[in-house]
Amino acid sequence: MVFGAAGNPKTFDPLFNDDGETFRIIRQMMDTLIMNKPGTADLEPGLAEKWEGSNDGKTWTFSLKKGVKFHDGTPFNAEAVCFNFNRMFNMKGAAAQSQMIYYGDVFEGFAKNEGDASGDPVFKDCQAKDESTAILNLNKNKGAFPAAFTLPSFSIQSPDALKKYNADNVTQSGDSFAYPEYATAHPTGTGPFKFDSWDQAKGEITLSKATDSPTQTAKLDKLVFKVIPDENARKQALKAGDIQGFDYPSPADYGLLRNDGEQVLIRPSFNILYLGINQKNNPKLKDLKVRQALAYGLNRDQFVKSKLPEGAETATQFVPKAIDGYNDGVTKYPFDRERAKQLLKEAGAEGMTLKFYYPTEVTRPYMPNPADIFTSLSEDMKAIGIKVEAIAKPWNGGYKDDVQKAGKQDVHLLGWTGDYNDAGNFVGTFFGREKAEFGFNNPELFSALSAADAAPAGEAHTKAYQEVNKQIMDYLPAIPISYGPPAIVVGPKVKGLVASPLTDERFYTVTVN
Amino acid sequence: MLRFLVRRLLQAIPTLLILSILIFAWLRSLPGGPAGALLGDKATPEKIADLNRILGLDDPIFVQYFKFLGRAVTGDFGNSLVSAQPVMSEIGNFLPATLELGLCAMLIAVCLGIPFGYLSARFRGGPVDNVIIVLSLVGVAVPVFFLGYMMQDLLAAPLGLPSQGRQMAGLDATTVTGFAVFDGIITQEWDAAWDAITHLILPAFALATIPLAVIVRITRASVLDVLNEDFIRTANSKGLTQPVVRRRHVLRNGLLPVVTVIGLQTGALLGGAVLTERVFNFRGLGFLLAEGIERRDYPRLQALLLFGALVYVLVNMLVDVSYGLIDPRVRVR
Repeated sequence: MVFGAAGNPKTFDPLFNDDGETFRIIRQMMDTLIMNKPGTADLEPGLAEKWEGSNDGKTWTFSLKKGVKFHDGTPFNAEAVCFNFNRMFNMKGAAAQSQMIYYGDVFEGFAKNEGDASGDPVFKDCQAKDESTAILNLNKNKGAFPAAFTLPSFSIQSPDALKKYNADNVTQSGDSFAYPEYATAHPTGTGPFKFDSWDQAKGEITLSKATDSPTQTAKLDKLVFKVIPDENARKQALKAGDIQGFDYPSPADYGLLRNDGEQVLIRPSFNILYLGINQKNNPKLKDLKVRQALAYGLNRDQFVKSKLPEGAETATQFVPKAIDGYNDGVTKYPFDRERAKQLLKEAGAEGMTLKFYYPTEVTRPYMPNPADIFTSLSEDMKAIGIKVEAIAKPWNGGYKDDVQKAGKQDVHLLGWTGDYNDAGNFVGTFFGREKAEFGFNNPELFSALSAADAAPAGEAHTKAYQEVNKQIMDYLPAIPISYGPPAIVVGPKVKGLVASPLTDERFYTVTVN
Repeated sequence: MLRFLVRRLLQAIPTLLILSILIFAWLRSLPGGPAGALLGDKATPEKIADLNRILGLDDPIFVQYFKFLGRAVTGDFGNSLVSAQPVMSEIGNFLPATLELGLCAMLIAVCLGIPFGYLSARFRGGPVDNVIIVLSLVGVAVPVFFLGYMMQDLLAAPLGLPSQGRQMAGLDATTVTGFAVFDGIITQEWDAAWDAITHLILPAFALATIPLAVIVRITRASVLDVLNEDFIRTANSKGLTQPVVRRRHVLRNGLLPVVTVIGLQTGALLGGAVLTERVFNFRGLGFLLAEGIERRDYPRLQALLLFGALVYVLVNMLVDVSYGLIDPRVRVR
């Protein structure tokens, strides 16, 4: 099977990567201790048959699958697990540490931090109690666990191969980084496919079926990822049969693709589009009534129906439904134009002007067409008597800097795609601390989020986030707009691909007739 | 001759230095920056600031420039942010594709442009002339990417031609030189050679359109000029047959300006290749450049733009050297 990728992978050492194009390939070659049930964000055994967190959340015990081998023939066991986590924690060199985006996010710090942005490490040590029991000790409880163990960055790799090909030797090379041979030519995991080759000139990554005691058995003998950055070219290639699938078709093409006999698989939503509000830039927005007026004034149901692809839903809160912690009982703001006007009047903010920032030159799964979304929402604002000053900037050409770093906007469009099933990955990222993007300081909310993050995994964790979600929707620091489902398209002969909300599609189940 | 060459080489150095300053300053003036590009969507402003410090991107710009220059003179342009590969090896890997495509396009443009231009002049004012003139106008006016998409949508499937890439995905062809057609021939992998040829057809025609149209128009104008010359009248009055007059006198003299234009168009092909390679996913230097711009891949852009400048400087030098060889007065000037 040949799958069309929109971009180049960076390298194949998952530790130093954070992008979807790379992760898609890594997921076929490597396994994590815990995995996601196909088609959901729920957890299921990966390399660990069972896992258990202590009450204080500081100890995680993994009972490992037996008889699994890495693609280089070396055995997978508790030693290998600890080798991997110790490797991450002890990583040296500013070049290497600065590339470990997900490790930095989840584990917060290293044995010796080499960058300013690192903090106190969450990881303490790892013990291989016996061949098939690994115990991970942490310095503090962290709500991201156990879901964060599903992240491809924490895939378990062959210690022998890591050592043999000098995997940790990431060095600075001018404005960028140079990676060791391991990362580009010898990634070694336990997954159903193993790495064959990466032809840069052709833009092809070839994997083949792994036969030595893989965790799952692949049905395909060969799996090729072909990099085709242009979307029209991807469509043409699919039509011509050069490729058998590609990711993120444009919603406008769903109908055409289906007419051509292709299968457009809609993923469950795992993202959020929101209208950001910057209270610092415009003091009128400090007034809750003004923020509520915005929430009541936006006809989000209509917007979702008319502007977003099939399967999109109006958002009631800042986490999608698939996340533990989603709360049906949050305060909702149904479309009510009169009420919005009334609230603005009460706040003395009638006729106010808002600098509305929106990005150009970008599409995101949660934001297929930013200009369209801007038009729709700004019309609603005008209808309740708000003047809108439109400011459009290229996504990578100043938009993110202006909005997230400089906080120049009054309101703006932004969103997030989740990494794993944890509400903190959404709301904690947005509202966990004072940020230039939102410009508010609400210690009560910050500490509620921090307490929810620290709540032990399971029911207590879920409950805490349900409570926080309610609190957020009462305070209304921004307005959740929609959950947008991205799609993946495959040809008519492809069977067995399960679309995942986390874009965690595993190709070992796939056959091509 | 040697002194002339040395002088031209010395003149090329300040040109390249100035270009390198312009390219460097332009890239640094773009918002976003390499740190944002490296860290991706999930980067926080804190992490970006941290990385800027690690990479030395918070140094004064002239310090950054001299560091860049110091590495560049040793041939170290760093690694691509997109592919993590050394950009110099990327250029080496992707150059054959661009040369292959450019050569093909130029062959098409010359092989079709000269006969059509000649026909147009010979039947001046008639329907053949009119059709050729209109088509050549269209050829110059239609943007390459539009033409590319049209060809993909309308021609690829009916003609059974591949619409993207240099080779069928998953094809196990041996790479020797990087020139796919040539490699197929020397390794006697005929399927691979044929596959590479079919992949070249659409992009080469798309890329050929503008030079083709230009060559048609120049040939036509030049042949018309020659036809009005006295020596043609003389040849005709000497009683030479028409085919002989056309071949010996009209074509030979009419082609001189065309040859100059072919040289100029070869340089312009590089620009057209950016769009063509992008549309057809034909992985050459143009493709690398387009991807680099989109992804804010500074190391790659710096290297590619300087490489492009170097090629232009060298081509100009070659032209000057050839003038010098032809006309000794140029050397002493």
